Amino acid sequence: MLPLYGLLFGVLIGLLTSLRLPVGYADYMAIGILAALDSVFGGLRAGLEGKFDGQIFLSGFFVNTLLAALLTYVGYKLGVDLLMGATVAFSIRLFTNVGIIRRYLVKRSSIQ
Amino acid sequence: MPSKNWQAYIAFVCVILGFLLVVQFRTQEYIGKITLPTRRLEDLTDMLRKTESERDLLEKEVVALRQQLARVVEGEHMLGTVRQELEKVKMAAGLTELKGPGVVVVLNDSRKQAQPGESPELFLVHDEDLLKTANELFAAGADAVAINGQRLVATSEVRCAGPTISVNNTRIGPPYTIVAIGDPVTLENALRMREGIIDTLRAWGIEVKITRMPEVIVPAYKGSIYFHYAKSVDKGGN
Repeated sequence: MLPLYGLLFGVLIGLLTSLRLPVGYADYMAIGILAALDSVFGGLRAGLEGKFDGQIFLSGFFVNTLLAALLTYVGYKLGVDLLMGATVAFSIRLFTNVGIIRRYLVKRSSIQ
Repeated sequence: MPSKNWQAYIAFVCVILGFLLVVQFRTQEYIGKITLPTRRLEDLTDMLRKTESERDLLEKEVVALRQQLARVVEGEHMLGTVRQELEKVKMAAGLTELKGPGVVVVLNDSRKQAQPGESPELFLVHDEDLLKTANELFAAGADAVAINGQRLVATSEVRCAGPTISVNNTRIGPPYTIVAIGDPVTLENALRMREGIIDTLRAWGIEVKITRMPEVIVPAYKGSIYFHYAKSVDKGGN
């Protein structure tokens, strides 16, 4: 439940600040969000598996986010759509993680 | 090593995630607002291009019209000056009918009978009398003088022509009416000077009537202006 509260809290902060990014940074923000989502689901999965490591989780979150943004930037400079590559990679991991989490939850509920 | 409070970590990241999501939604919403559909965009680009070329054409036209206007204004200005000058010159040349305060002088032949031995010619109005009268009027500052409707101009003659007098090559006969524009009092006084023209004429019994008028009309010179021999001498550079 704590992650959900955190999410709501973050949304609240966002609503209160009424911050808006310059249009040119929207793509970087999108890929950053995707990286964050990936980290969150990866963390949930690790937590459920009992293998959660805070340092790996946090470093993964920041490094993945920044790397995604950097890749996008380099992609723009090279004229290659690396944004799409990052999107695909994160999406696949997302689905994988969500699938594993689902299985855990289903197993747990069937045990109880 | 597995952390016990893993949920706290995830919650922390979730805070950031939530914040980023809201900001991104807001940004996307804004982008949607400012981004036009492609089709519309192409239309607008086309319209813009057309309008711009139209504007360029109109700008050129404005420049051309301005130049034209400047030329016309300049021409008009010059024309106005020329017109004023012409008006003045025409007035000076006696080509316009003029009006103003002045005097009307009527001279008529004497009714006295010539005594034996006296020439009857002495009792008639002569060209000389008219000329002297006109001369006197001009000397007194008359702007314009006409004798029996004949405006005196630079080329006017007043000359004896048998029983009549020729002015502007037109024969006129008594009574002679001389109309002059000028200060009426000055003109009359000039004529009535002691031993002046009137005194002399009256001595011969010639009838003289001077009337001061608040407004008289001096007609324009009616003859044609031809210079058969004279040519104007160009002044210097022109």
